[in-house]
Amino acid sequence: MADTFLSIQNLRKSFGTTTVVQDFNLDVSTGEFVSFLGPSGCGKTTVLRMVAGFEQPSAGAISVGGKDVTRLKPNQRNIGMVFQAYALFPNLTVAQNVAFGLKVAGVPKAEMDKRVAEMLSLIKLPEFGDRYPYQLSGGQQQRVALARALAPRPKLLLLDEPLSALDAKVRVSLRDEIRSIQRNLGITTIFVTHDQEEALSISDRIVVMYGGKAEQVGTPYEIYNRPATKFVANFVGTLNVLEGVVSDASAGKVKVDTQEIVVGNKLNGSRNGDAVSLALRPEAIALGPRPGHDAELGGRISEVHFLGSVIRIRVGFGKGMISLDTFNNSSTPPPVVGDQASISFSSNDLLVLH
Amino acid sequence: MRSGRFWAWVTFVLGACYFFIPLIATFEFSLRMKRGEYSFEAYKVVFGDPRFQATFTYSAVVAVLTIILGVLIVVPTAYWIRLRMPQLRPVVEFVTLLPLIIPAIVIVFGYIRMYGSSSPLPFLATARGTDALLVIGYATLALPYMYRAVDTGLRTIDVRTLTEAAQILGAGWTTIVARIILPNVLISVLSGAFLTFAIVIGEFTLASLLNRPAFGPYMQLIGANRAYEPAALAIIAFIITWGCMSVIQVLARFAPKSANQPN
Repeated sequence: MADTFLSIQNLRKSFGTTTVVQDFNLDVSTGEFVSFLGPSGCGKTTVLRMVAGFEQPSAGAISVGGKDVTRLKPNQRNIGMVFQAYALFPNLTVAQNVAFGLKVAGVPKAEMDKRVAEMLSLIKLPEFGDRYPYQLSGGQQQRVALARALAPRPKLLLLDEPLSALDAKVRVSLRDEIRSIQRNLGITTIFVTHDQEEALSISDRIVVMYGGKAEQVGTPYEIYNRPATKFVANFVGTLNVLEGVVSDASAGKVKVDTQEIVVGNKLNGSRNGDAVSLALRPEAIALGPRPGHDAELGGRISEVHFLGSVIRIRVGFGKGMISLDTFNNSSTPPPVVGDQASISFSSNDLLVLH
Repeated sequence: MRSGRFWAWVTFVLGACYFFIPLIATFEFSLRMKRGEYSFEAYKVVFGDPRFQATFTYSAVVAVLTIILGVLIVVPTAYWIRLRMPQLRPVVEFVTLLPLIIPAIVIVFGYIRMYGSSSPLPFLATARGTDALLVIGYATLALPYMYRAVDTGLRTIDVRTLTEAAQILGAGWTTIVARIILPNVLISVLSGAFLTFAIVIGEFTLASLLNRPAFGPYMQLIGANRAYEPAALAIIAFIITWGCMSVIQVLARFAPKSANQPN
């Protein structure tokens, strides 16, 4: 990558005999927004803390802007960070919080006041400078934390689950606000989250982590539509997994329960009789035949969940169960539990999980 | 329910009698210096005595120095234990409790052996050296109170995250302790400070055995030789202690509120 700004090479972190991060490599371009996505304990926050300098790597190197920062202290790295718990200084006002980094850096007062005002208007809280953190809502506190992190003009912004403590509505609006500010400033950003919707909606690229390793690195589109591993497929989005047996490898046929599906040339290396896992997103499946859908399975409606604009239907067949989503249509009532149904999909949408 | 409340009141009244009757009796006795009438004569005598002023001033100065030393030792220690060595907390708590178990007289005899005029570190050979030892001794005696007060204050803030937030903004350790940690535990530090003040003002053993002109030995001297003045002094000492406690209560209202409230 020509304009790599943050480079993480062969990073490893062990606590005693437990290795929490291993063989972690990542190059992030200038101005890129990269999310670390994964379940609790997957090592995403540990990687972020190593980038910040709060944890020392057991092995590997981290460089920012071409400079090796692996052994630098956090206060020597010129990195901004927003924490899950806001971490605003309770004894300082909003303006003093935002000014903290500038004051530590010895910025002249006039320039500091100008920058604080600029930051407060950036987060749309220009009149809140004299308030104390406890007088603000969670969303406002997190915006102040963002302004405080950005005020000293850091080279890199780290966001450690900044939206987790907020309610759903504030989370969505602040998420969009963070992305818009990041785009305007063009600052390289690492965002840690366990919320796949958050990661999918605002990232340029996502690093899906599991067991201390990067399982897959890709754009949200790639991660969702072409998951590289079974874990990524299961973790990102809802997925139907059908367990089958290769019935005719040369013809790309797999037997699922008593029915046969043609998966094309995706069975690379599999032989007749091998067990395979096939995955399908709920939105790729239709109730009944549909033009372009070349595969069909028959079953019985076992659950119907009306979710407003979408109806999620679960169809049982043999020992398996498939979830599918259809848009609500006021002229067509939802199917009834117990009805016979056939589902169809395009074999192109089938993922063979390894 | 009613019976429970009745016995609660009975207990309260008995407790109040246990504490207040001797105090009221002492106060009443302190007003009887002039025959046949109540007066504040004993208080006038006490306040007019130059030894009272000298010993009280001495003890107040020693108390302030003890508080400064206590804060310098306890705040960074309690902070570091919370931040980096939480596994050592039980050990440190035990060590800070030792002054409650080990009598002050043991410290004094330790001092005399270690720092006597014939020792390699003859602190006790000079008045200033002895004063320094007295301050250090008092800081030790006040350790259980100061450490607990500061530790309780640190428990109310997210020490680790605030430290990391300050670090990533470029702050060094001195800035973090002075501008973030100390202001956020200031009320707790002041609580510890006033407890220390109350302890130092009334302390007798260390001051007496080190032969320093402190308020504790003065009270003992007056108590052994006079009738009404000791009662007045006892009331004055109580007022000083209660004053310190009241200031702690008032200051607690100004404690910085936590920023980490749910949305």
